[in-house]
Amino acid sequence: MITKLDPKFKDEVSKLPGGQNIKRCFQCGTCNVGCPVREIEEKYNPRKIIRMTVLGMRERVLSSNFIWLCSACYTCQERCPQDVRIPEVMNTLKNLAVKEGYIHSSFAKRVELVGTHGKLFPISQFDNTKREELGLPQIPLENKEVKELFKLTGLNKLSSAKGEE
Amino acid sequence: MKYAFFLGCLTPVMARHFELSARKVAKKLGVKLVDVEDFACCGFPIMSVDRETALLMAARNLSVAEDLGLDVCTVCNGCASTLTEASKELMHDQQLRDRVNEKLKKIGRTYKGNVRVKHFARVLYEDVGPEKIKSQVKNSLEGLKVASHYGCHYLKPSSVFDKFEDPEFPRTLDILISALGAEAVEYEDKIHCCGGVILDVDDKIALAMAQEKLEHIKAAGANAINLICPLCGSMYDRNQRVIERRSGATYNLPVLYYTQVLGLALGLSPEELGLNMNRVKTSDLLSKLGF
Repeated sequence: MITKLDPKFKDEVSKLPGGQNIKRCFQCGTCNVGCPVREIEEKYNPRKIIRMTVLGMRERVLSSNFIWLCSACYTCQERCPQDVRIPEVMNTLKNLAVKEGYIHSSFAKRVELVGTHGKLFPISQFDNTKREELGLPQIPLENKEVKELFKLTGLNKLSSAKGEE
Repeated sequence: MKYAFFLGCLTPVMARHFELSARKVAKKLGVKLVDVEDFACCGFPIMSVDRETALLMAARNLSVAEDLGLDVCTVCNGCASTLTEASKELMHDQQLRDRVNEKLKKIGRTYKGNVRVKHFARVLYEDVGPEKIKSQVKNSLEGLKVASHYGCHYLKPSSVFDKFEDPEFPRTLDILISALGAEAVEYEDKIHCCGGVILDVDDKIALAMAQEKLEHIKAAGANAINLICPLCGSMYDRNQRVIERRSGATYNLPVLYYTQVLGLALGLSPEELGLNMNRVKTSDLLSKLGF
């Protein structure tokens, strides 16, 4: 199904950090060939995502599940003859998706954990006891400055998503 | 050789044995690792959500190290790449640094752009060096076949890491393994990703990625996997049983952090290196080595 196209989408992406080189893509498919995620699951198709973005399929791309499947291994980035920097484009698309309210639930959880504890894997008293037994230093249970940074950028207001699971 | 020791989020909670071995080895080789209470998450987990916040988090950590006059040493690939990339961007881009500092000022910090970042494995390779390591070996690991998994963010994107490694044919970990007398094993798709970054997005795909690698490493006849990242470690070690249960395959491949392997060769005991805490039992491997 062809949805509404937004011809300015590629310009929007190319103005954001990480998205600068998207218009250079000439669809050679080198990214697909070396992609370890695609080797397992064909629904992840970086070449197609780039093409859809250049064509202006804004809504389809940003609301999709597949942009969240990039494992950021950078194999494609190392090999891309046009220096499109695909993982960084994916990152830019994910950032935009978040702004549109399409955050993947696992990432919403990350925001909550890091925003609350300053860490993705919060330290508990139990962990510190275990650490003490091993002669390892104690780790603070939270970090107030990260909380403050989240307030400064508004990430603290980000709650869960519409649409994605 | 003195560094601010950046533990990250995962290591102190789920990979204390990796941390333990890194500290023991550092002491033995004269690398001073300074603990820093004010470090928090490197920023990597937030990058996909909001690049600006992730960069601010990285810059905050760098400013903490800068205040202490120290460069940073990490034990996690994710932390290594996020902090290295931020340090490079902020070192060369004055405008970006000014923008970052506008926000950092509000939490009472500034970053001048002077901190360098290295993964501990890179410190061992570049600062200590394989020759010195070789000269310190007390128990040669001869007869042990070790497959190294580098992990992506130890060396990619290569532009960020000054091309110290070849992204298609990495070699530093294999050289560090050979220095201990062990055999560095080659295997198919060596540079493939562990899948850890997308484990919470789609665990079927992520675990299939890890399983493919276990298959290749087993087929190459390795006795153990050597790695340098707690997230890769969780995929191959913590999740090896899950993969075996779901697929019916058996791998029984011990997964060791490089400093655990190195520590054995330097004469440290398995217990000192936390080898009793690895999920896949290391006892057969250790008895093969005479422990």
